[in-house]
Amino acid sequence: MSDVPFTLDGEPMRAAADQTIAAALMERGIMSWRTTRFDERPRGILCGIGVCYDCLITLNGQPNVRACITRVESGDDVRRQDGVGR
Amino acid sequence: MRPDVVIIGAGIVGACCAWSCARAGLAVTVIDRGPVAGGTTGAGEGNILVSDKEPGPELDLALLSRAAWAALGDEIGGPCELDAKGGLVVAARQETLDHLISFAESQRAHGVIAEHVAAADLSQHEPHISPDLAGGVYYPQDMQVQPMLAAAHLLDAARRQYGARVMTNVEVLGIDRDAEGSVTGVRTSQGVIDTRYVVNAAGTWGGEIAALAGVHVPILPRRGFILVTEPLPPLIRHKVYAADYVANVASDSAGLETSAVVEGTHSGTVLIGASRERVGFDRTLDWKVVQRLAAQAIEVFPVLADVSLLRTYGGFRPYCPDHLPVIGPDPRAPGLLHACGHEGAGVGLAAATGDLIAQSITGAPSSLDLSAFSPARFEAAHV
Repeated sequence: MSDVPFTLDGEPMRAAADQTIAAALMERGIMSWRTTRFDERPRGILCGIGVCYDCLITLNGQPNVRACITRVESGDDVRRQDGVGR
Repeated sequence: MRPDVVIIGAGIVGACCAWSCARAGLAVTVIDRGPVAGGTTGAGEGNILVSDKEPGPELDLALLSRAAWAALGDEIGGPCELDAKGGLVVAARQETLDHLISFAESQRAHGVIAEHVAAADLSQHEPHISPDLAGGVYYPQDMQVQPMLAAAHLLDAARRQYGARVMTNVEVLGIDRDAEGSVTGVRTSQGVIDTRYVVNAAGTWGGEIAALAGVHVPILPRRGFILVTEPLPPLIRHKVYAADYVANVASDSAGLETSAVVEGTHSGTVLIGASRERVGFDRTLDWKVVQRLAAQAIEVFPVLADVSLLRTYGGFRPYCPDHLPVIGPDPRAPGLLHACGHEGAGVGLAAATGDLIAQSITGAPSSLDLSAFSPARFEAAHV
C-alpha cells in the first residue's frame, strides 16, 4: 500500500493514502494531540465529522486545523497544539 | 401558589423583570415556550451601549440601564462576563469622523462620556487597529455581558433568593381578562395560572403575546448575523465599531445593511457583527452577509485576515416602527405590561427595563418618564 510521509513534532511518520491526520495518529495509538486553553486538559477526537472543533492541531504553521477532516499530504509538518496555538 | 406576576419570556429582559420584581417582594413566575435565552437573547452579542444612542428617551434609558447593570454585576452572584471595557467608535473617512464628533458632542450634553481620539492615538487604545482610519471617539461607559449567562444566573438568583418560579418549555396559549378588561390569568400548555399582572417580555414575538390579550403592539423582526472566530490571544480590548453602525441602527431601509462591530470575548473568540435586514422570520444564512461582515472587520483590524471563522449565529432583533421599546402598563388591558421591542439593544436596556416594570407594578416612583415607551402610542393607529 502506498503511504504518505509526514512528521509529528518533527518525528517521521507515515499515513495511508487519503488518511486523515486524526486517523493516522490514532492508528499509532496517539489519542490526544491538543491541550485546552484554560485548564490544559488533553483533547483528541470527539465528533470526528468536523463539527466540534475538539481535534485541533497545527498544520504547516497554521493553528486550529481540524485533524478529523484534513487529509495528510506528503511532507506535512504536523504539530501538537497547546491552547490557542498562537 | 398564585403568583403576583407572570412574566412571559425567559430571555434577558424577562430575567431582569423577574429579578427586579422578586426583589421588590412580588411572587414571580417566569414562563418560556423554549429554554432560557433561547430566542432573541441567545442571538445577540451582549451589548450594553450608550455610544450608539442619540439624545432622547432611549439614551436616557440606556444611561439608567448602564448604571443598573453595573450594580447587577455585583448582585448576580454568578459569572456572566460583565465587562466595563469601553467602546471605541472609528471612522474611515474625515467626513464620517466630523459627523461622529458632532454626534458625540450632542450626547455629551446628556451625560455620555465621549473622548475624541486622533488617528495617531487610536493604536494606544487598540494596538492592532488599522493605521488607515481618520480617527474615532472613545466611550468609557460602554460595557459588554454574556447575555445567556446573565439571563440564566439572574433567573437562578431570583429563584434561590426570592422563591421565583421558572417554567421552561411551557407555552402560553391565552391571556384571560374579566368583564372590565383586567387580566385574570394566563392559559398555558400546563394549565391556567391565575395572576393580576402579566409582563410581556417575549422579545421578537411580543406582538403575538400582545394579541393573546387582545391588544396590538407592532413588533417586527430584523435579522442579524454574527461571525465567531477561532479563539485567539487577547487582540481586541474594547467594543470597536464603525461610525456608520449608528446610521444603520436608525435606518428604515429594508435592504441589507452591514457595519463592522468587533469585540473579543473572555473565551478568546472574537465576535464580528453586525448585519440588519428585514426578511421576516427567514433564518437562512446568506453568505453575502458573511463575506461583507468579514471584509469590514478586516478593514478595521487587518490582523483578522489570517484568522479562521468557526461559525456564525443569528436571529431577530425586535423593533417597533418608531425604534423605541415598549415598556410599561398597557391602558387597554389593565394588568398587562410590556417589556419588549428593544431592537438590538435589549441586553443593554434590560436592567433598567426590569426596574421600571417592577416600579410600575408595585406603585413605586418611576426612575424614568415612561411616556415615550408607552404602549398607548399604538392605540390611535389601531383601534
